[in-house]
Amino acid sequence: MLQKIRKHKFLFSELVKRDFKKKYKGTIVGMGWSALSPLLTLLIMRLVFTHFFGSSIPHYTIYLFCGNLVFSYFRDSTTQGMEALSSNAPIFTKCNVPKYLFLLSKNVESLINFGITIIILFIFCIIDGITFTWKFVLLIYPILTVFLFNVGVGFILSALRVFYKDISYLWRVFTLLVMYVSAIFYSTKTYSETIQKLFYINPIYTYITYFRSIIIDGVIPSIEVHALMLIYAVVFTSIGLLIYKKYNHKFLYYV
Amino acid sequence: MSILELRDVSIKYITGDIKNVGLKETIVRKLSGKYHKKEFWADKHISFTLEKGDFLGIIGTNGAGKTTLLKAISQIMVPSEGVVTVSGSVASLLELASGFDGDLTVKENIYLRGAILGYSKEKLVREYDNILEFSELKEFEDRPFKQLSSGMKSRLAFAVASYVEPDILILDEVLSVGDGAFRTKSEKKMREIINGGATTIMVSHIINQIREMSNKVLWLNKGEQVAFGDNVEELCDAYSMFLIDKVLPSSEEEIKTFAEKYRSIEKENEQKEQNEKKDIKH
Repeated sequence: MLQKIRKHKFLFSELVKRDFKKKYKGTIVGMGWSALSPLLTLLIMRLVFTHFFGSSIPHYTIYLFCGNLVFSYFRDSTTQGMEALSSNAPIFTKCNVPKYLFLLSKNVESLINFGITIIILFIFCIIDGITFTWKFVLLIYPILTVFLFNVGVGFILSALRVFYKDISYLWRVFTLLVMYVSAIFYSTKTYSETIQKLFYINPIYTYITYFRSIIIDGVIPSIEVHALMLIYAVVFTSIGLLIYKKYNHKFLYYV
Repeated sequence: MSILELRDVSIKYITGDIKNVGLKETIVRKLSGKYHKKEFWADKHISFTLEKGDFLGIIGTNGAGKTTLLKAISQIMVPSEGVVTVSGSVASLLELASGFDGDLTVKENIYLRGAILGYSKEKLVREYDNILEFSELKEFEDRPFKQLSSGMKSRLAFAVASYVEPDILILDEVLSVGDGAFRTKSEKKMREIINGGATTIMVSHIINQIREMSNKVLWLNKGEQVAFGDNVEELCDAYSMFLIDKVLPSSEEEIKTFAEKYRSIEKENEQKEQNEKKDIKH
């Protein structure tokens, strides 16, 4: 296994390079878009929603930022991961390469974007006068679990995409739905307690809440929330890997 | 110990309404009973072994299951039945251009394609200049791949692939590419790799190439193994007869008679030609 990884390490790095170069080819600011795009989204949301929710939610800019940060990472990673297999079909139908590398390569890219956005978030925190505590170290936990969750969803979607082309259209609509139920720009406090709990069915909401709780409230979420985050990550990665393992050798008939 | 062994390998292929069909179409067709998923055996009960240094030529008409078999040996496909045992590294050059990306430069593509072929980073750094020189694209190093002419593309594809050092080399009609001088150069290079001790499996429609290079021949027809053996000349003759008559030999005896028949026809033709020449002279 270790030898196999070493052998494919070079191929993997070349694939990551390719995906990066392709994405930013012909753009003027290049990688700068990774930083600019979340900032622009934030600016728009801040302008539009401050009037409605801004006064009742403390540190509203940071509140919005946390929501956008996790949601954008989820959306980018899964929509790009979805195409990983079908767009690389000409390669894996003619060459013996492990197909999961294509998906992981797409995920590395969105993970780096996620990292860049987190750094910008911290800069905003300084500007907004948020006190940094040791608890910030715990943010590793949501980063790790949301990464696993996204990879798992990517595995599922990329396999489905091979069999059914319309998944990409359905997924676009679905992510829009996820955006509205993730409480990115509003607060769930106005809802009854039962409904507030129901929000945790949504993994993205759960991950967002962790960020907000640590950064804005300075409170470590309950052990149940920790467990829930891990369960989401493990369940989706397992399903993804199972599907991959089962259909791995069938993809080439369908592309 | 043999380097490659295929034991009773059968490969089922799925085609029909499965490619690029939307979710809605699939449901509609399934409900109306119009969903056609066709399964067929691309290869049936193929068995043979190769020793180190062998050169196997695979012959057969279109749809014989040649490429599918190569894919199974390359471990791109998994056989539905039977076992493929490979002891050593496999380099399969089924399609030289797969993996190249139009948006990337020539340089970036050499590294990407090299990595796909399983080259190490050190090897690519070492051979980079040679690859560039071989492809005669030195001044196009930083040009995007899509801007190259098709001739340049195939030259580059061949140049990168020609540094494989496998135990088993798999060629799907790619012994040489390009035109004129490059054709000769690429064929020479490929022969160097083959003579370097690699066990080679080649699919070719040029029967004389098979005669000249192979020491073993596998004859496939519609997925069935017609014959396998080291009687290269005899099998090639019988196959040539099959191409004329469209009758498949059913036993080893028949292969022999087919081959003899073909040789006698050849002789007749030769004599006829000579007579014609004589006539012209007179």
